[in-house]
Amino acid sequence: MQAVRSTPSLLPTGGRTKNALVNCEGFESLELTDLSGVTDYDPSEYVFTAKAGTLVEEAQAILHEKKQYFPFDPPFSIKGSTLGGMVACGFNGPGAIRYGGLRDFLIGVSFVDGRGNLLKGGGKVVKNAAGFDLPKFLVGSLGRFAVLVELSFKVFPRPRAFRSLRIDSENLSTGLEKMLRIAGTGWEPDALELMSDGTVFLRLGGTEKALVKRSSTILSELGESGEVLPEDLALNFWQEANAFSWTPKDNILIKVPLTPKRILEIDSLLPKFVNRRYGNAGNVAWLAWPENEAIVELGRMLAKADLPGLVFRGKAGMPNIGSWTRASVMGDVRRIFDPEGKFPPLS
Amino acid sequence: MEDIINKLRGVLPAERILSREEHLVSYQSDGLTAFSQRPSAVVVPETPSEVIGIVRHCQKHEIPFVARGSGTSLSGGCLPVQDGIVIALNRLDRILEINPKNRWARVEPGVVNLRVSEVAKQHGLYFAPDPSSQQICTIGGNLAFNSGGAHCLKYGMTTNHVLGLKAVLANGEVVEFGGESLERVGPDWASLFAGSEGLFGIAFEILLRLLPEVTERHTLLASYSSLESAGNAVSALVASGLLPGAMEIMDKLAIQAAEAAVSAGYPKGAEAVLIVELEGTPEELESEQKLLSDVIKSSSPEETHVAKDDIERAKIWKGRKSAFSAVGRLSPDFIVQDGVVPRNRLGEALSMIQKVGLENKVSIANVFHAGDGNLHPLIMYDGREDGSLARAEKAAGKILEACVEMGGSITGEHGVGMEKKQYLGTMFSKDDIGLMKKIRRAFDPCEIANPGKMFPDGEAPSLSLYGLHPLEKSGTISRE
Repeated sequence: MQAVRSTPSLLPTGGRTKNALVNCEGFESLELTDLSGVTDYDPSEYVFTAKAGTLVEEAQAILHEKKQYFPFDPPFSIKGSTLGGMVACGFNGPGAIRYGGLRDFLIGVSFVDGRGNLLKGGGKVVKNAAGFDLPKFLVGSLGRFAVLVELSFKVFPRPRAFRSLRIDSENLSTGLEKMLRIAGTGWEPDALELMSDGTVFLRLGGTEKALVKRSSTILSELGESGEVLPEDLALNFWQEANAFSWTPKDNILIKVPLTPKRILEIDSLLPKFVNRRYGNAGNVAWLAWPENEAIVELGRMLAKADLPGLVFRGKAGMPNIGSWTRASVMGDVRRIFDPEGKFPPLS
Repeated sequence: MEDIINKLRGVLPAERILSREEHLVSYQSDGLTAFSQRPSAVVVPETPSEVIGIVRHCQKHEIPFVARGSGTSLSGGCLPVQDGIVIALNRLDRILEINPKNRWARVEPGVVNLRVSEVAKQHGLYFAPDPSSQQICTIGGNLAFNSGGAHCLKYGMTTNHVLGLKAVLANGEVVEFGGESLERVGPDWASLFAGSEGLFGIAFEILLRLLPEVTERHTLLASYSSLESAGNAVSALVASGLLPGAMEIMDKLAIQAAEAAVSAGYPKGAEAVLIVELEGTPEELESEQKLLSDVIKSSSPEETHVAKDDIERAKIWKGRKSAFSAVGRLSPDFIVQDGVVPRNRLGEALSMIQKVGLENKVSIANVFHAGDGNLHPLIMYDGREDGSLARAEKAAGKILEACVEMGGSITGEHGVGMEKKQYLGTMFSKDDIGLMKKIRRAFDPCEIANPGKMFPDGEAPSLSLYGLHPLEKSGTISRE
């Protein structure tokens, strides 16, 4: 609270894994990695509360011990991301397809506004309809509205086992159809990722015995064009997804929310030098843009396609490119949280 | 009143501006029947542009308004306001588009909740939020109050299934929040609007997430000789690592009422029944059924029954879903509470409720979502009897205070509305409420959208509410 009150311009930072979102000229970094530790966790309540600077990996280890987890698979956990950074950026990993994304699991927040007041929203029970849904609102608020201090999450029992499948396709179009089929049938995918060449990676979670049967049913329904991945290859794939290590070094990384129906269109518009993956059953495109290519070109392309993009790693001017929804009320609400403009603007 | 009618001229064709007493009477209460307030007029738009026109007209002339769907709110959420109008949205009842491949439905606010699933079924999809009033309640109301239902633990509430919306804010601005994608960038504006209890404006188009239909369900009913045993069974289920789609408990009074009303066939004489429903792929259910059976067996039930088919499943649920209205047979009036306690303290909460009932000489039937700690004490009273409502309200207040003291919430799914606004201060500080009020005024600077709801009256929120409601004392509202 004191830091906010005494500093004219600041931006909360955690593990800096999404570095494009924390490099803001003219804004002092408010390092929060020391604001860490679990404050309340009762597995039988399905609620986990910890300070915002707690490492995601640490939180996940504690949950794992009690056979629970964050179903939404927060990215960059193996690279040192914090719970606060996770919520402020609002990114989902591949697991979001099953039970929902981060926004569906954040139930309470304590935060410091631009005036240095400590406030809260939501609560510490999984069912709560009191007051405005400030926890969900702050997911993806990028440290521009408030400094997150303490976060309460709903957590779920972790599936006993996982199995991953690779489904091959001739091209992106065929792969997309297969992915849509998997997503739309009651096969309950735990994760569903589509590669640019049409390969689909599917993860299932459940009991060992059932997973064997489920995998075989799915492979057979999809024309036996794939295989169950050996555990080490599966682990490697999901870790690569978590750390974005499938992207070339020093590329600028961008998140583009979209819908499956636009994948072919966007894929054909993207220059060939852009590495890409379509995650969360085709609801997000993760793009890797070479540093030596002008990012403004991507911004123009996205704007023309009426899509927003968020630059989260690498060097770029503003983090938001493309077409973002605007409304007068958005500025009004931002000024309520931060009347003196202490936090960086969003655009 | 005539002044308002005059101000409304031209907003809609005259036949859709209701001002005769016999028309207004149907709108003067919602599901919280203890209170009523006759609106000055009711307007009935048929299109989004009419909704926008009405709200802008209200903003220009500072006419307070309350949006209303089917009026099933249990918290007075669409109780009219004095010298204000009701905007009835029932004629905006079109399902505009279903996209089965991308799994969403675009609907108008007056669409009935269950109808979304009925129409989505042909594509093998459904809309997950299933409040017990789903045959009547509308999507607009579900959005405004973030409605829940029996399957919230696993599937979430309405807000978790809203992808986006278009709305006219009370300040006249038309906005579009969210979109077709499950993913977002930037703050989640659609989620801020969801659950705002009509205080921001009116959504005239809502984009709903659809899920693939559940392949298989396994529904079990178990009866117990005590509520405590039923509660312990739930604890054991949670500890086993199972994630049921639903876990519901009803106590003896609620069971008796339900049996009298719908003859669901619940075991006679049971002190408590527990309904557990597993959902998933046939392969997973095969393993999970066994685990469920073992856990339930160890909890020493008196009887258990597993539904063999959809008909039996529907019968098991019939009793639970009709519980609220069934209690109407036991008592001419009742207040439905909606408190939440940490699940581990359910036993303690139920003892507390029993004690509060005895102390205040009211009968209380209990139905609750055991998986997420959401209680629904049904506090019975007889409005014809002097002092009966006052005792019921005193009991209601005590229960709410105790829920918060135990680390829970004053409302799990019905919203704050009018009924619990004086208790918002038990959960949030003056500064927290101050921030929410400022946010509200960003959307509604003149405070014309559902005014007098959600926020406590006066400077300092009072912590309990006995006897006449302050609005009654002032003669603003009355009760039947």
